[in-house]
Parts: sequence; C-alpha cells; structure tokens
Amino acid sequence: MSSALPALVGFARTLRAAGVPAGPARVHAWVEALGHLDADRTADVYWSGRLTLCASPEELAAFDSAFGAFFGDAPVRRVRRPVATVTLPVAVPADDVPTGEPGDGPDVSAVTATASRAEVLRHRDLAELSAAERAEISRLLAALRPSGPARRTRRRRRDHHGELDVGRTVRAMLRRGGEPARLHHRSRTSTPRRLVLLVDVSGSMAAYADGLLRFAHAACRRRRSTEVFTMGTRLTRISRELHGLDADAALIAASAAVPDWSGGTRLGEQLKAFLDRWGRRGIARGAVVVVASDGWERGDVSQLAEQMRRLRRLAHQVVWVSPHAGKDGFAPETAGLRAVLPSVDVLVAGHTLDTLEDLADLLCREDARA
Amino acid sequence: MDLPQSPAELASRLDGVDYLADDGLATAAFLALRMGRPLFVEGEAGVGKTALAQALADALDAPLIRLQCYEGLDAAQALYDWDFPRQLLHLRAAEAVGVDDAERLEHELYDRRFLVARPLLQAVEASTAQRPAVLLVDEVDRADDEFEAFLLEVLGDFTVSIPEIGTIRAEHPPVVVVTSNRTREVHDALKRRCLYHWLDHPDFEREVAVIRRRIPGADQRLVSDVARAAQRLRRMDLVKPPGLAESIDWAAALATLGATGLDRDLAARTLGAAVKYREDQERVLAAVGDGGFT
Repeated sequence: MSSALPALVGFARTLRAAGVPAGPARVHAWVEALGHLDADRTADVYWSGRLTLCASPEELAAFDSAFGAFFGDAPVRRVRRPVATVTLPVAVPADDVPTGEPGDGPDVSAVTATASRAEVLRHRDLAELSAAERAEISRLLAALRPSGPARRTRRRRRDHHGELDVGRTVRAMLRRGGEPARLHHRSRTSTPRRLVLLVDVSGSMAAYADGLLRFAHAACRRRRSTEVFTMGTRLTRISRELHGLDADAALIAASAAVPDWSGGTRLGEQLKAFLDRWGRRGIARGAVVVVASDGWERGDVSQLAEQMRRLRRLAHQVVWVSPHAGKDGFAPETAGLRAVLPSVDVLVAGHTLDTLEDLADLLCREDARA
Repeated sequence: MDLPQSPAELASRLDGVDYLADDGLATAAFLALRMGRPLFVEGEAGVGKTALAQALADALDAPLIRLQCYEGLDAAQALYDWDFPRQLLHLRAAEAVGVDDAERLEHELYDRRFLVARPLLQAVEASTAQRPAVLLVDEVDRADDEFEAFLLEVLGDFTVSIPEIGTIRAEHPPVVVVTSNRTREVHDALKRRCLYHWLDHPDFEREVAVIRRRIPGADQRLVSDVARAAQRLRRMDLVKPPGLAESIDWAAALATLGATGLDRDLAARTLGAAVKYREDQERVLAAVGDGGFT
C-alpha cells in the first residue's frame, strides 16, 4: 500500500491539472478507501479513485481520461455518452472589457456634475458607449439588486397572529406547571422566487452581452439561488462563475467558461438543452425566467415556439428582454420573436441602464404584466 | 449476519435480494459500509437510487430508515421532537396524585420516553456494529440549503445532542445513502464528506437481467423486446426518457396482459407505463409506425 502512495499522489496532481479539484481531503479518502480494497487490482484502484476524487458527472469524464493516461490501462468502463470537452483559448471581445478609468475618455471631462452624467448615461444605448462610460455603467449596474417576487414556503416562524403554534404554547405551559398561559402563534414565511437568466451571447447580441451579464451578476449576488446560462452555439451554465463578489473577476471567470462568444445561435436548440438538462428537473419550476435575446433564429422557428411553450408551462413567469424592444420603430417582426411572443408574459427592452433598472423593478413584482 | 468482506461478496448478497449491482456500485456500497462515509448517489430518475438503499437494507438484514427531503424540512421533523401532549398529560396526572417534588417531576418530563425520534435520531439509535442501520436521505436537493449544513453536522460524527438529555452517539455509524436529482447544486462541503457515485442507465444485457429478476413470470422474448424498446426510447431524444423503473413497469403491464412479445398494437396500448408525456407518446408511436421497435 505504502509503495503505491507516490503514484496515487502523482495521479491526484494530474487530475487537478485536468481541472478536477481533488484536494488533499479527497486524496486522503482515496488512500483510506484503497486500504479496504486490493491495490493491485486496476478496477479497485479505478473505482475507489472515482468514488472519492470526483463529485459531479462533469468530473467523471476528466477522471476517466486522466486515469487512462496515467495508469496506461483503459478504465473498466463501457462507453459513456459522449461528453463534449471544449478547450478553447477564450478571447473576450475587447469592447466588452471595461478598461480605462472614468475620466480618461475625451467626452467625460466635459460633464461636471456626476448626477447629471449618470442621468444622461442612463438613457444611452449600451452598444454606443466609450470605455469610460462603460466602466461607469458597470458600477451603476453593480448597484442593482434584482430579485424575484416573494412566494410562500412551507417554513414557519413565530408571529403575533396566524395559526396556533401548539408546540411553543405547550412548552410555555409546561414551564408554568401546566397552567394555560399565553397562546403562541406562527405563520408561513415567504422567500423570493428563483431567478433564472438565459443570456444570448451570439454575434448579434455581442454589444449587450456585457451589460446583461453584469445584471445577472448583480442578481447572483443578491440571491444564491439565481441561475445564469449563456446561449450561443451551445448552452453554458455560468452560475458558479458569477457567484464571486467582484463583478469584473466574475465576468472574466464566466467568459473563460463560455466557449462561444459572438458565434451563431440556435435558440430553439439551446432552450431545449436547458429544459432537458436543468429546467425540467426543477431549476425552472416556479421560477421567474428571463430570456435575453433579440430572437434572431435562422431557419425553422417551430422548435423555438415548442420549447417556449414548454418553458411557459414550467416557469412562474417568462420575461423576454430584447435590446431592440425599446428603440423607435420597433415591432416584433422577426420570425423568432413572433414565435415566442405567445409564450412570453412580458416583453421588455434592455438596451440602456434605465431599461435594466426597470427590469429589476419588474422582476420583484408578483405579476409582471400589471 | 456478518458484514461482507469484499465488494464481490456484497454484490452477491445484493443479488440475493434481486438487486443487480455492477462492479462500481458494489465497490461504492462496500466502501460506504467500511469507511463509514455516506454514499452520495446521483443519476436520472428511475435508475434505482432509492431501490439501492432498500436492497442494501435487505442484504444486510438491517432496518431501512428513510428521510424524504422537502422544502421547509427542519430539525423537528428530521431529528427529534418532544411529545408535548404526553408531557402535559404526565404533568396533570402527577398533579392529580399530588406529587410535590418539583425537581424530580421536571426531570421526569424530559425523559427519553417523551422524545419522538425522527429519522436521523432513529438511525443513530438503531445502528449497532453487528447490524448497522441503513439511512436513506432521499432527494436532498429538495431541502433548502440551510438544511444541508445541519445534515452535514449529523452525518459528520453521527451524534445528536439534546440539551435536556445529553448526547446520543451511534454505536456504529449507519450506512447512509444520499440521493439527489440535481435540481440544484448540492454544497461541496456535503459532497466532500461523501463517496460520489453516478448511476447510469443500464445497458441492454443488464436491463434484461433486471427485468427478468423483477418479473419472473414474464416471457423471455417479451423481456428482451421491452429492454430493446427502452434502450431505443432513450436514444430518441424524448422529453422524459424512460428509466429502469419505467421499463420494469412496462414489462409488468405487458405480462399482466399475457403478452409474449411486443408489437405495435400492444405497445400503443401500454405505452403509458413507460412514456408519460403526450408529446413523447405521439413521437414514439409515429416512429414505431415506420419500422417498429426491433
């Protein structure tokens, strides 16, 4: 056993390099597990490692390939469903990164009063900002606190009115030797509904993706339960990346996770992937789902319409954010938007800070249409 | 009964109670038993996560204690609660016969017999070295995340502290199976304490073996037809592909009708046992129309 130790630790290092956070605690568990098994049997080494070092289906694929590479033997596994491994150097579009300090843009120095500057910025199209304005907007976006409307839960807490809290009342009676004392009451608590954001990061949305993801980050900071996905050529879950406190760091982490910035989209397909993998299981159930996209769908829109109907049946409310909806002369004319509108509770604009603030207000209302 | 000495022995015992575990699952369960660590099982609905706990209990001849998680679940429902009405009754009775030793009376009131043990405490109390209890924490992702922190505490050392009584420690850690449907990400801290196993859909041979085991009366050809159809349905990109539980149900339904094989007519009549969305049923029937399942 002790002779195997360097190999086990070496393998753990390989695994960490492959992106699986197999820390000392997990390695320790592996060594302990192998102590109960036969360390000379590849299958035992494989299974004990897999059971202790991995913690999600995504990590299993990395484990399998690392095991094959390190121990040479093909792991004792039948073929798994193909897992797409994506290794892409990610270039964040340059105009999406807020560089430049406020003040180094040529047009900012002209504006003296901060309040009025913010007021002007508030109505500027996010696609037409200078780097300095972008940084300013980012700060204002970080101050938003988007959250879903409240929903009643099964949890109860003590209250001055409401139903009788038998346990607490009787406990109080016991303390007084069984004399009926004050009646205690309890009532249902409420908690905000989960917010799920699906952000289109395809080419046609590139100018707005940064602002929308910052909005998403603000929502993540507000509630841990918030889930964020990007839709491009594939669906990517970035909730974990966005849960960091610092907006810039979170966005950099998220952009590293998203392999397909500014590519094309197949909205219907991505929605289906979301619903199959996450939505149906519970993430979208009873949630307020925000889809941020211009609704540009190439080709057949029947799948998009069908998936939106599915989403509508699962979610409490579906809000569609289109950056073009607030512009002059907008009409939902694209085939994609026409297909989704019957399943959307409310269509709003999202092209300026002002409209995103309105969106945050709207999300916490019980009925967004009102 | 002695505890199994190797994964293979555990697998054969599970086999004895009609649960067919492969190498990985047997190793996982064996290690959970040996290391006293909870086994965290994830997988699609109907692949046998809950059945695993039941089978483990049967194979070890141990009591199965189940904690179904739901939102709002709290310590009073998961750990213990005091039986207030009985305490009150005891107090009244003591008064009626004129007990005046207040201190003793108070001590009596918080006696073990007035404590209602909920699943976690039951498991801690029921588990002995000869016969560890099997604790199933089902669908942990449905409970709120505050509950996870609480669960972590109990699963860490299997002790329960009750202020009025003291600490109750498990003589031997129970075998814990935690299942999740992944409706939300469970905290890493909880996963770190556990062995993690992903249960996949079974392959064809395995599915045939399981169905045959569960429905011994079914015709051989029917069983392989159903398994083949279920395998095909899983590749069909359905809203909800059938799990192993559904294919067992389906085979049972067909066997009840006395079928000896699967044809289009029988499939159409019994499809509701395996496919439970209208859209899916329409798609399946359309696909069966041009070629059948086999």
